[in-house]
This record gives sequence, structure tokens and C-alpha cells, in this order.
Amino acid sequence: MSDLVPAASLIPAGAPFPKAAKVALGMPQLRRNLAHATGTIRAKRAKVAGELDDWEALRDTAAAVKANVQRRLPELAVRFEENATAAGAVVHWARDAAEANRIAARLVREAGAEEVVKVKSMATQEIELNEHFEAEGLRAFETDLAELIVQLAEDKPSHILVPAIHYNRTEIRDIFSQRMGDAPAGLTDDPAALAEAARLHLRRRFLSSTVAVSGANFAVAETGSLVVVESEGNGRMCLTMPETLISIVGIEKLLPDFADLEVFMQLLPRSSTGERMNPYTSVWTGVQDGDGPQHVHIILLDNGRTGVLADEVGRQALSCIRCSACLNVCPVYERTGGHAYGHVYPGPIGAILAPQLEPGRHDDLPYASSLCGACYEVCPVKINIPEVLVHLRQQGPHGAGERAAMGAAEAVMARPRLWRTALRLARLGSMPWRRKGFVRRMPWPASRWTASRDLPVPPKESFRDWWKEREK
Amino acid sequence: MTRVALFITCVNDALFPETPKAVVRILERLGYDVDFPAAQTCCGQMHANSGFKKDATRLARDFDDVFGGYDAIVTPSGSCAAMARDQYPHLTGSDIGKRVHELSEFLVDVAGVEDVGAHFPHTVTYHPTCHGTRALGLGDKPLRLLRAVGGIDLVDLPAADQCCGFGGTFALKNAEVSTAMLADKCANAAATSAEYLAAADNSCLTHIGGGISRTGGPRPIHYAEILASTA
Repeated sequence: MSDLVPAASLIPAGAPFPKAAKVALGMPQLRRNLAHATGTIRAKRAKVAGELDDWEALRDTAAAVKANVQRRLPELAVRFEENATAAGAVVHWARDAAEANRIAARLVREAGAEEVVKVKSMATQEIELNEHFEAEGLRAFETDLAELIVQLAEDKPSHILVPAIHYNRTEIRDIFSQRMGDAPAGLTDDPAALAEAARLHLRRRFLSSTVAVSGANFAVAETGSLVVVESEGNGRMCLTMPETLISIVGIEKLLPDFADLEVFMQLLPRSSTGERMNPYTSVWTGVQDGDGPQHVHIILLDNGRTGVLADEVGRQALSCIRCSACLNVCPVYERTGGHAYGHVYPGPIGAILAPQLEPGRHDDLPYASSLCGACYEVCPVKINIPEVLVHLRQQGPHGAGERAAMGAAEAVMARPRLWRTALRLARLGSMPWRRKGFVRRMPWPASRWTASRDLPVPPKESFRDWWKEREK
Repeated sequence: MTRVALFITCVNDALFPETPKAVVRILERLGYDVDFPAAQTCCGQMHANSGFKKDATRLARDFDDVFGGYDAIVTPSGSCAAMARDQYPHLTGSDIGKRVHELSEFLVDVAGVEDVGAHFPHTVTYHPTCHGTRALGLGDKPLRLLRAVGGIDLVDLPAADQCCGFGGTFALKNAEVSTAMLADKCANAAATSAEYLAAADNSCLTHIGGGISRTGGPRPIHYAEILASTA
């Protein structure tokens, strides 16, 4: 058994995507794990989405509801606050990650606690709540199985829904045995044995914790309710047992009405885990006397979202319900995994969300796509990811070399006579590089192509010559 | 005789004269009068998708100038047709894209034919290219045309809907990921033991063919060239 090396640490921190991807491509076990896992979920999703006759109508409706939310966000956020407050919750507003973390840490202290149990939450990953708590002398324990694995490995999530997708069960057994403390001796890599070890470990935490931290999949403005959708029941434990519940919710999670859940509860489980229905759906509205947490706090998080909202093309990224269907079908994600993206939101949705949430950073991510469109095809809320990718490429900076090359190409293509001359010259120009009917090796930057592929030799007779000849 | 304009695309202009020749032969066989406006160059897709909006906008305007007078423009490229249809409205406000038809769209939807009288006694596998299939929604139109070809033996391509990894400048900017995608596409193509790998876009076929010429496998061919073949 080798020493555990967190997978994320193998990717150079802050490396641009092409460089990070190259490192990830060089990990055969990672690629096998990813291909197996994404392939399995992909097939399950396609099967259960295909069962519904009104799947396309559901997608259209969800997209329309989300677009409506984006147009009315300020009004809906205030309505949510009023209704949640009336039901006994305390609503806090956080401009950014630092403010959200400060509020959350203060609330934990005020509850007299030093430890919290956590429901899987992308918002808390986004603001790096665990790291902040640790710096403040507080401890946050993940209770979702995959998040637990990642936390024990001192790694980072590599997928939105299945954050430990990059590990296989043997690797998970090693992580449990070395890091869990109370893992049974002789633990095997049998999935049931691994789950049982995690259950026993987590049960002790659930019973001893007085504060829980969660995110939310949906926040209903009409009623002030929050909704968490999950599979393992760990969420239900966290949401019901502790005295204090702190939920950190991105403002884009708002829905106008309770009835809107009908649409999203059909789309989300089928798109994410490939299930018709998820095992646990928890809905809570403020405080219920003598039942569940008696101190309910909700931190509404902006952290760049209103900036995204200002971009009429880019704002559709805020419709995301974090199902990760786009990750599972993406041919790029399948080969690189999530760590290469260098952001908590990887894959196609990350490629449009990360550069928008943190303007000026992640400018390489909109290029981490062949624009194949598989993501758009499966997105349950119809985010036109290829459209936003191209839009972001058109906003972002370009290197001097590429600018010059593109400018030169346009100058030639804009002048038909020059274009025809260039085509004739291309045949001559290819001469030094031809071998057996192909262009096989060219100098940089064309070597980026010929390193792995040949190019056809430009033809002796062009279509134009042929056409001219027959017109005579 | 109905007049149609042929947009051959810059890739075919530079590298693949046989494909537009094939389109001319098919259309003329069906009784169309084909026009080739010589001032055409590029639809601007490379510039648009690489983030060079101004350059793309200028090329889109040129396209409008060259093809504006035609009711039907036929092109043997799913991705160039998708460029005109999806992106021109944002770039220039032009709706000329509605009159740009990828070859199979024109044959099946406009001309209303599936059997174009072709004969091609070979084993062929078909790769549905991403922009044609997803952006343009070609569905099985190219396959329907191929199924009607005399003597053809069509075999399924495993994982056909997976991108070949071309993606325009993606192939250069993320060459390693692109190559990993290409390797799987080439392996799947080779596994069919077909003689030919057909597709609706020569740019994708340049990529796949560029891999196959090193690793072995079916010969890449634009499906228009199959439809143009006769006994």
C-alpha cells in the first residue's frame, strides 16, 4: 500500500488548462476511473430521461422559470427574506466568500460550538468554508460519502455530483484504512463494507454535533423554504438533528413559487444520478417549535453572481442546477477529470461559470472545449454552453501571436484575389514537409497539429480550376 | 431549372476539390442549375469561434455580399451552415443562414429525395459530426441518403456520437486532449473494418484522417463523394 497522494496535488497549482490537462492525461488509472464512471452515469441518464414523453417541454419550462428568476432576482430575494424571516429563520446577506465565511464562523461560535457537520454543498466548496473554518480554529466534517473520501484524502473534489469520481474502490479502501481512524481492521474494497465503515464513522458525528452547515438546491421565494436533494440520508441527519442549522445559498437558487419544484424535481434526479427520484428530499421553512433545528440561519451569497447577471448572454450560466450531466457527457472532462480545470466548478459548466464568477481569471477555460455541443444537448435547463463559450472567447484577451495570425488570415480571406493566390502558394509551401502524399512534420506552431496528425497535401488542380475549365 | 449557389467552404477550396465537384454532379443530376460565385472565401467560423468577433463580422458581411442574391445556397459542411444560421444573426443581423443548406438538408428537405441514383459497392461507416448533428440538427438525413446508395454496405461506428477532438483551433490550443479524443475515434473507426469513413464535414475528416494515416483504418471520405458515385 502506497502513501496517499492527493490527486489534486499532482496538477500544478494555477497551471493553465492545457498544461494541467496534459498532466491529467498522463495518469492512466485516473483516465480509466473517469471513463468508467462517466460512461455509467451517462447511460443511466439517457435511459431515464428518455422515459419521459414531455422531457423537452420540461427543459423548456425549467429554462423559462430560470430566465424569469434572473429578470426578477432582486424582488424574489427580498420576498424570500420576508417569508423565511416570518417563519423564524434569520437571513444574512453576503457580498462575497469572505463575508459569508465570517458570518458562518460567527454563528458557529455564537452557538457555542467548535465543530460542525456538513451536508454536501457546492456553495461552501466555492467559498472554501472548510479551509476558512480551520484557519479560525473550527472544524467542519463532511458527511456525504464522496466528500468524506475527498476530505480524508486531503484532496479536492473533481466532480460536482460525485466529487471522488477520480478514485476507484481500492483507492477508497486505502484512504479509509489510513485516514479514518475508526476504520475496521482488515477493511476490504467491497462497496458494502466501505459504506458500512463510513456509516459507523459518520453516525458518531451526527449524534455529537450541535451545528450543521448546508447549502440548498432551491430556495422558494413564495414560502421562504429551502430544499436539499440527496441520496444518502446524511443530509436529512444534518438538517434535522442539530440545534443550529446554517445554510449558505447562492442567490441564483431562488425559485418564485413552490409549484416550480414540480418541474425541477423531475429534471434534477434524472439528469444528475440517472434516477427517477432521489431517495431524500428535505424541505424546511424557518423553525418548527420543538421539531428540528431551533436556530435556522440562511446566508444568501452573491460572490460574483450579480456580475454574471449583468451579461445578457453569459447570465444563462446562473440557471445551472448543479446536476453535472454536462460533465458526464463532455469528451474533454472525461479525459482530464475535474482538477485540471483549477476551479470548484469543472467541466463545461465550469468553463463558462468560473471565468464569469472571477473575471480576469480562468481565461483559458472557455477554450477547454471542442464546441461539440453534447453538454447543451443534455442540460436540463437548456443552458446553451457552446454559445456562452464562444461569447466569452469573444470578450477575453488574445495573445499577440494569435492576434497577428488571425488578422492576417482575415485580411487574405477578405480579398478573393489574394485568397486564390494564397491557395496556390499553399501547395508550393507544403513541398518541404511532404512525405508519401501527406504533410507529416511542420515547424511550430503547426507542429501542434503534426505532432499527432498528418495533413493532406493541397491538390494540383483546385475546384476553381476545374470549374473554370468546364465553364469554357 | 432552379438555380442554386454552391458555397464550397475554405477547407475544401484549399484541400478537397473532389467534395464540391461531387456536390455539383449530384445537384446537376437532379436537374439543378449550379452557380459558383468565385468571390467566396470563408464563412468566418474560425475567427468567431476563436474569439475574433470583428474579423468574423467582416467575413460574414462578405458572405452576405457574395450570396445575398440567391434563394438557396448549398454547402457540403454542417459546421459552416451552422455558423451562418446560428452566428450571423448575432454578428451582422443577417438571416441569410435560413437560405444556407447543408447538402443533406437540401436534398432531403428541399429537393425531397433520398435516392440520388448513386452506386458505391464498398463497406462504409458514418461519423455524425458534432456541428452538423447537434447545432444544425441534421439527424439521420445523411444516413438516409447513404442507405439509398446502391451496393453500399453501411456498418455502425461504435461511440459514433463522440467528438473526434477537432474543434477548430481547439486541436492546436489543447492539442493533447484533442489527440486523446482522436485516438479513441480512430480506434473505433478501425474496429469497424470498413473501407471508408464517411462524414458531412471535411474539417473533421482532415482531423480523423490525419490520425488514421498514422494508425491505420478506413479511408476518410465526404459522403457527397459517395452520393456522386455511379455504377
